[in-house]
Amino acid sequence: MRASRRSFLKTSALGAGAAIAAPYMFVRTIDQAWGATSWIKKGEPIKIGLLFSLSGGLAVPEEDSTLVMQYAIDEINKAGGIAGMPVEPVIVDAKSDFNVYSEKTKELILRNKVVAIFGCYTSASRKAILPTVMAQDHLLYYPTCYEGAECTQNTICTGPLANQHSKDLIPFMVEQFGKKVFFVGSNYVWPKESNKNAKIWLEKAGGELLGEEYIPLGSSEFGPVLNKIRDAKPNFIFSTVVGASDIAFHKQFKQEGFKVDTMPIASLTTGEIETRAMGNEFGAGHFLSAPYFQALDNPTNHKFVEGFLKSKYGKNGTTHYNMEETYLSAYVFKYGLENTIKAVGIEGVTPRAIRDHSAGVRVEDAVSPEGLIWIDDQNFNTWLKPKIGQCQADGSFKIVKAAAEQVAPDPYSIYPDIGKCTADGLKAPDGKMRKSVI
Amino acid sequence: MAAGSFFGSFDPSAFINALILGISIASIWLIAALGLTIIYGTAGVINMAHGEFIMLGAYSSYMLQNYFGLPFLLCVPAAFVIVAAVGLVLERGLIRYLYKRPLDTLLATFGVSLVLMQGVRLIFGSDPKYLAVPSIFTSNFQLGFVNISAFRVIVLAITIAAVVALWALFYRTRFGVQVRAVMQDKEMAASFGINSDRVYMLTFALGAGLAGLAGSLFGVLNIVLPTMGMGYVVQAFLVVVVGGGTLIGSVVAGGATGELQSIFAYFTNDTFARFVLYVLIVVFLRVRPQGLFAPSATRR
Repeated sequence: MRASRRSFLKTSALGAGAAIAAPYMFVRTIDQAWGATSWIKKGEPIKIGLLFSLSGGLAVPEEDSTLVMQYAIDEINKAGGIAGMPVEPVIVDAKSDFNVYSEKTKELILRNKVVAIFGCYTSASRKAILPTVMAQDHLLYYPTCYEGAECTQNTICTGPLANQHSKDLIPFMVEQFGKKVFFVGSNYVWPKESNKNAKIWLEKAGGELLGEEYIPLGSSEFGPVLNKIRDAKPNFIFSTVVGASDIAFHKQFKQEGFKVDTMPIASLTTGEIETRAMGNEFGAGHFLSAPYFQALDNPTNHKFVEGFLKSKYGKNGTTHYNMEETYLSAYVFKYGLENTIKAVGIEGVTPRAIRDHSAGVRVEDAVSPEGLIWIDDQNFNTWLKPKIGQCQADGSFKIVKAAAEQVAPDPYSIYPDIGKCTADGLKAPDGKMRKSVI
Repeated sequence: MAAGSFFGSFDPSAFINALILGISIASIWLIAALGLTIIYGTAGVINMAHGEFIMLGAYSSYMLQNYFGLPFLLCVPAAFVIVAAVGLVLERGLIRYLYKRPLDTLLATFGVSLVLMQGVRLIFGSDPKYLAVPSIFTSNFQLGFVNISAFRVIVLAITIAAVVALWALFYRTRFGVQVRAVMQDKEMAASFGINSDRVYMLTFALGAGLAGLAGSLFGVLNIVLPTMGMGYVVQAFLVVVVGGGTLIGSVVAGGATGELQSIFAYFTNDTFARFVLYVLIVVFLRVRPQGLFAPSATRR
């Protein structure tokens, strides 16, 4: 009885295992049998996947990402595509659900055979799909800011890392308003890691941390936190509150009688979209650190803003840093793919080859609205110039400080004892290499 | 003194501020739950679409303000009327067929909530909207060391007015007598000539309207988004279930949860405050599943 049950369990476990593995083995075998190693074919459209949420709680930022990607793709196609081939987006809806993110990733890679995936906004969704992306040795363009502490051979990020984000903001605020600061953030990984970085810059600037508070994601009650801030009397507030909470935070800041000229909020997230949603009078006077602002005064940005708002994708009426970083990722992909085709020919193109040939890819002033950026040849994040903007009464941002030089991305800047991210993996201080760390 | 040393630095003026804030948080919990109290307490409908009624209230205010230029203070009663009308249509079209199957109302109204959320997204888009208020509401009062935001006072005042009006309606009018009679025993009330169908219809519309009223206020405190109601429905159910489904129960439960949240947040932090609060609620419901002030009469 017992033996038979055990053998039944064994067989069914084997069966289940085979059922899970079968699709992958099948696809791989077919690929090998047909010698279909090339992901793109001459004269056929180049398929890329757009994996963003079009519904659910994350739809607000991610819908904009989808729209701006379509805009960038149209622009690239109008200019002759990539190596003469048009780009064709495969748009899926991740529904703000992490299970759907990972299901759709498999679908995009195995069924649609896209050559690269552009997607995700939260770190949680990125971490949900990375195992699949890595197992297939595929390529994810992650087009927004994140905390770092990750090293894979399958991602290219076009937003600022935590080590770039607050580098100028904290010293600037300490200099302008005073040494005492209060940290407020949403309670998840990105704000906590960002605050670790901010503390390092704060120490260097001689500032003093009066308190650190985290609010549950999506919470809209800031009364208790604001009471604590009132008692602590900081010179400025450093905020990593995200999403709907961020809007509630700024509104209640003013409603509770805080004055922006004596205690402004220095944020890593409150951009043009958030300001418009909360109302300009609640946003005016506060500071934001980002590589891009809609108000950047250069011909490329003017063309980008005007072109996007006039296009059929510009219905939201604004551009902001997250959209611009997404826009850049399309061009990083274009140049990376062109390099790959030049080096190994169309037949040799694989997602991994694109990533390898994207090392050092530059997006010049003439294309990049935020100005020249390039991809680090070791960790494949972006060299960029963080800028500080102050929100004006009309909701636009005035750039009060821009970094003179592009700042290097370093995903392990605060964890030197863990290692350094290189092109081949994470190199520990003792010289050991780990291929992928997420 | 012992408490002071136990909790580290204890500052009486800051603590009083926390207590006052607690009243304000309580009024937000309570006004979110008022409509549900009536719908759940009277008709026994487990209305999962309550959060979406709140959301509709915020969107009606946004719509009236942006397209018709109505001042904010008029948007608040207008939101009540509009969402009450939506509630009325919903009750006539769907809910009235489900009174005999209370558990099915849970699934049906959950479906309604999804429809409403996606419908609003189709019409208004998924980007956040903005509700303008007179600038006097965005200031605060300072009396000595006590700080109160003007808008929190408005929310508190409207909550008190709504509770008083509901009490008067239920205990001082003929309609209120009918409602209470139907709550206690529907068949018996019907045999005395009360049109219970009409009572259910009106109470459901009233509950929906109150949610709309709350929504127009939350749109100012918070953010106007198709998903904004999802957080409030949990809060509202907690207040109603802890209170036992009666008006007085909801008032006491809302007051207690708001104060406890503020006091715990004062001593520790916001995340921990919610943790303790929800643990206490679970323990309370384990000990007293019927809630604080449960109606003594038989339910269907």
